[in-house]
Order: sequence, then C-alpha cells, then structure tokens
Amino acid sequence: MALAIKNPRPPVLRRASSRRTKTRGLALHGTLILGVAVSLFPLYWLFVMATNTTEAIYASPPTLTVGKELLTNIGHVLENVNFFASMANTVVVAVSTTLLVLFFDSLAAFTFAKFEFPGRNLLFGGLITTLLLPGQLSVIPQFLIMINLGWVGDLRALVIPAAANAFGIFWLRQYMQSAIPDELLETAKLDGCNFFRQYLTVCLPLIRPALGFLGMFTFIAAWNDYLWPLIVLTNPDKLTLQVALSQLNTAHGKDYGMLMAGALMAVVPLLVVFLFGAKQFVSDAVKGAVKG
Amino acid sequence: MAALDTVAAKAIQLPPGQPVKGRSVGRRMLKAWPQYLAISPFYALFLVFGAAPIAFSLYLSFHSWNGLGSITFVGLKQYAFLISDSTFYLALRNTLVIFVISTVPMLSFALVIAFMLNSAKRFSTFYRVAYFIPNVTSVVAMAILFTSIFGNQFGIINAALNVFGIGNVGWLSSPFGLKVVIAALMAWQYTGYNAIIYLAGMQAISGEVYEAARMDGAGAVSIFFRITIPLLRPIILFTVIMSTIGGLQGFTEAQIISTSSSTSVSGGVGQGGLTLMLYFYNQAFGNNNFGYGAAIAWGVFIIITLFTALNWQLARSKDK
Repeated sequence: MALAIKNPRPPVLRRASSRRTKTRGLALHGTLILGVAVSLFPLYWLFVMATNTTEAIYASPPTLTVGKELLTNIGHVLENVNFFASMANTVVVAVSTTLLVLFFDSLAAFTFAKFEFPGRNLLFGGLITTLLLPGQLSVIPQFLIMINLGWVGDLRALVIPAAANAFGIFWLRQYMQSAIPDELLETAKLDGCNFFRQYLTVCLPLIRPALGFLGMFTFIAAWNDYLWPLIVLTNPDKLTLQVALSQLNTAHGKDYGMLMAGALMAVVPLLVVFLFGAKQFVSDAVKGAVKG
Repeated sequence: MAALDTVAAKAIQLPPGQPVKGRSVGRRMLKAWPQYLAISPFYALFLVFGAAPIAFSLYLSFHSWNGLGSITFVGLKQYAFLISDSTFYLALRNTLVIFVISTVPMLSFALVIAFMLNSAKRFSTFYRVAYFIPNVTSVVAMAILFTSIFGNQFGIINAALNVFGIGNVGWLSSPFGLKVVIAALMAWQYTGYNAIIYLAGMQAISGEVYEAARMDGAGAVSIFFRITIPLLRPIILFTVIMSTIGGLQGFTEAQIISTSSSTSVSGGVGQGGLTLMLYFYNQAFGNNNFGYGAAIAWGVFIIITLFTALNWQLARSKDK
C-alpha cells in the first residue's frame, strides 16, 4: 500500500470518487480490449482459415471457428513448395546474421563507448551519417557485386552485407556508456586484461539485456527481409521462406486453406521468439526510445 | 593527456615530412591497433556494400545499360525521361495516397492508445505485448492474409458488410480499393509499434505536470490535447519522419497485394497498387533497365529528403 501512495504517476483516475473511478476504469479497459481485439483478430482469422478447407472459407456465411484441416492444408503446402528447405535457409540466414551483428556491433560499440584513439569522433560521425542513406540507392550495384563474387543464388549474399550495421553500433554505444562503469575496466586493466579480454569478461556480461533486444530485432528483420532475397535468390531450389511464400501465392492464389497454412507456418516461429522474450522486449524498447 | 592532445592537434596541421611530432600521432594510432581492428568490420562492409554501390548507382543513372551489353553514356537523358514519365507520377501519387491514408489514422490511434496505456496500471504488460504483436509477424504472410480478408466475394470484411445490408465492395478490383488494403495492412502492423514509442515518451513526462493540471480542473481530454501532445512533440516528429521514410519506400505489401488482384499487370487493377519502389523493382529487375532504375532510385531519394526537410520545417515553424 505504501508503494501505491508513493507512486508519482497516478494518472487521470485518482481524484475522482470511487464509483466514477470504477466506471472510468471499465471504459478504459473496455476500449483497450477492443483495440487488442482489432490487433489480434487477423491472426485468429489466419488460424481459422489455415485449419479449414477452402470450401468452408468460401461458404456463405463464412466459417468463423477453428477447423480440423490444418494437417491436410500443411500437406498441400509441402507438395507445392519445398517448404522445409526454405525454412531451413531462413533459419540459417536469420541466425547467422544475428550472431554476426551482435558480435561486430557490440565490439565496435564497446570501442567507441570506452576508448580514446585518434580519429574516433570523425569515424563515429561518419557512421551516424550512413544511417541517413536509404538502401534502394545501392540495390542495383550490390546485385552486380554479387554477380561478380558468384554469390547470386547463395545465402552469403544475404548474410555478409548485413553482418554489421550502424544502428546497432549507435544504440549499443548509448547503452554501454551508462551500463559499463569505467572503474571496472580500470580494475580489469590492472589485472592484466588486454582489450579483447576486457570485452569478453567485463563488457559482454553487463550488456546482456541490450544484446537480447538487438538480437531479437535483427532476427525478425532478417526473417522478414523480402526485396533483396527476391532479387538475389535466383535459384528456385534455394529460397527463403518469404520468397517461397510469395511464389506459392502467385501460383495457387485461390487455394486459401493451403496458402494460409503456409502463412501460419511462416509467422509462428517469429511469434514464439517474440513471446519468449516479450516482457523484456517491450520494456527495453521503451528504455531505448527514451534514451535515444 | 591534454598537453598530448594539443601536440597531436598541431601535428595534424603540419605538412608531411615533420617526423618528430608526426610520430606521436602515429605512435598513438599504432598503440590503438586493437581498437581500429574492432571497429573495422562495419567500415569494410560499408565501403564494399554501401559507399561503392551508391557511387556506382550515381554513375549508372547517367548511362544506359541492360546488364549485358556495353554501358553507354547518355548524360541527363534518364532524368529527363523520369520527369516526363507518366507512370512514375502515377507511382508517386499512389505512394503518397497510401502514405496519407495509412499514416494519419495509424499515428492518431497510436497516440490515443498510448495515452490510455499510460493510465492503465493493470495488465500493462499484456496490453503492450498484444499491441506489439502485429509488428513481429511476417509481412509477406500478412499481405497474403489481408488479400483474403478483403477478398471481393469471400472476404470476411465484405461478409460483415453484407450483414449490415451493404453490398460487396470491390477492394481488390478498383485502384483506390487496392490502396486501402495496402494502407490497412501498413496501419495494422505499425499502430502498436508507434503506440509503444509514444508510451515511452509519456512515461518520461513528470507526474507533477499532470497533477497540477488536475488541480486546475482539467479533464482527460484537455490533458491529452493541452499537455501530452505538446510535450510529446519531438517524439511525434520522430515517428512522422520514420513513417515518411518507411511509407515512401513501401514495397512488400504493394507487391503481394497487387499480384493477388484480378489482373496480371504489375501494380494491380489500373496500376492502383504500383508504388515507387515497385516501379523501381520492375524497371531495374523486370526490364533490366539498370540506368533508368538507378535514376528512379535517386528520384525517390530526393523525394524522401524533401519530405523529411518539410517535416522539420513544419515542426520548427510551429515552435514560434
């Protein structure tokens, strides 16, 4: 109770009489729940369609409840595209991109946050400037580079250019400036830790929450990337999930039951990853935005 | 340390061939080799996959090339064609209409949702997660889903409209309908995302400000318009700019939804779903017009820059 009184942010409701407070609370939560319903309905509907036959979806009035045809629909997806291979490709791309980004970004951010060296400010300024350059300017030449490297149709074309990014370095540096006390680094230095050992033993353990946040963000972005894979993955046997799904849509646009089963399978892994760290994700997003 | 820095600063200004002072910067640089090594991956990758391609795309935009034959210099012809290309203007109009009808409701709802979330103490984690979920779904999958939700004959939206006695709306068979579907998907995906950003800003506003307003008898509505929105101005500007950059570069939603429309023309019926980036993709990778594709990319870049500058200007003029 004492805590509740101390809370400096007792918004709109506190001064009203208790009955008014209650109705207001009901109205507030009622509206918020309505918003949640709009937010989540498409996903429920995706599940309904993925578990029904196309005929049931086309029926009038349409079927509104979860059906029993999920496995049949998934079976049809597997007959038409090499779904598991595309999923495996996507997992390889998303996981390796995420690991590389976490390593390179945190190492660079640690250096910028905690070390002095000639040209530091100039280099960091340059890094910030690259944030302003939109990706589409480099798409055509990047494709030509991939041709020259022989990486067209190869997953390396997706992973390597994305292996380090300015946003992650900038964001982690902000985080590290307050999260890593200079005294700890001094102690580590006195103990004879070199630069890389300081990164491993002092920096990494202290920035775990930030790495979790950046990792999830990177993973989701890599999983969802569409324009670049569409351009560079020319081999029909080696696609990512998004491109395979798009081809399924073009070729079998009328078989909703099957299409939705495919869409569902592309979404579920992301939702699992997100819900796994949801609480931290949402609160870290909040912190990052305030600091930024 | 300070003395060393001034020495170093002077050394930079000296012409080359001044061995004594030059060496002290050099020595500091040599000593910092682990630091340079640590930051080098980003710069190496940017050089190869960012800077060099951007320079080359500028070069390409003054040339004509199909990717196989020889590259021919054509001067400003690609840009001259661009400013007289009616399809480019159609794509620009489409993009702007989609941007407006998605962003305005999206950011308005996001503000209201954030304001309500800021008042709701119970279930706050549940609400945040639920509102954020649309943003972590796959865009391609959701675009396929939305074409079915807005389906002309069997879509759930039209089924619901029928219940209220309104006949089927041809969402996917009219140029404006296509834009509505694309905009609805973008708004659905980003409303909760923006609400979470606004919520962060609102939580940074001191509780005393609200307390003082309530002492003066202000209700929730006037607090929202007179306190929350003015204090959130910088964050609102940030989200408007981010939405402008994202909205003007929209590709995936438009590409998937317009291919599902009842025609084989890229961009769907009447090319109503042809966005700037979709037009860029068709020209560069459908027709192998690398020179013209590069010119379109620079055109889009200039348009985005103008809009961002306009946003800044509007925000600043309001400050007075």
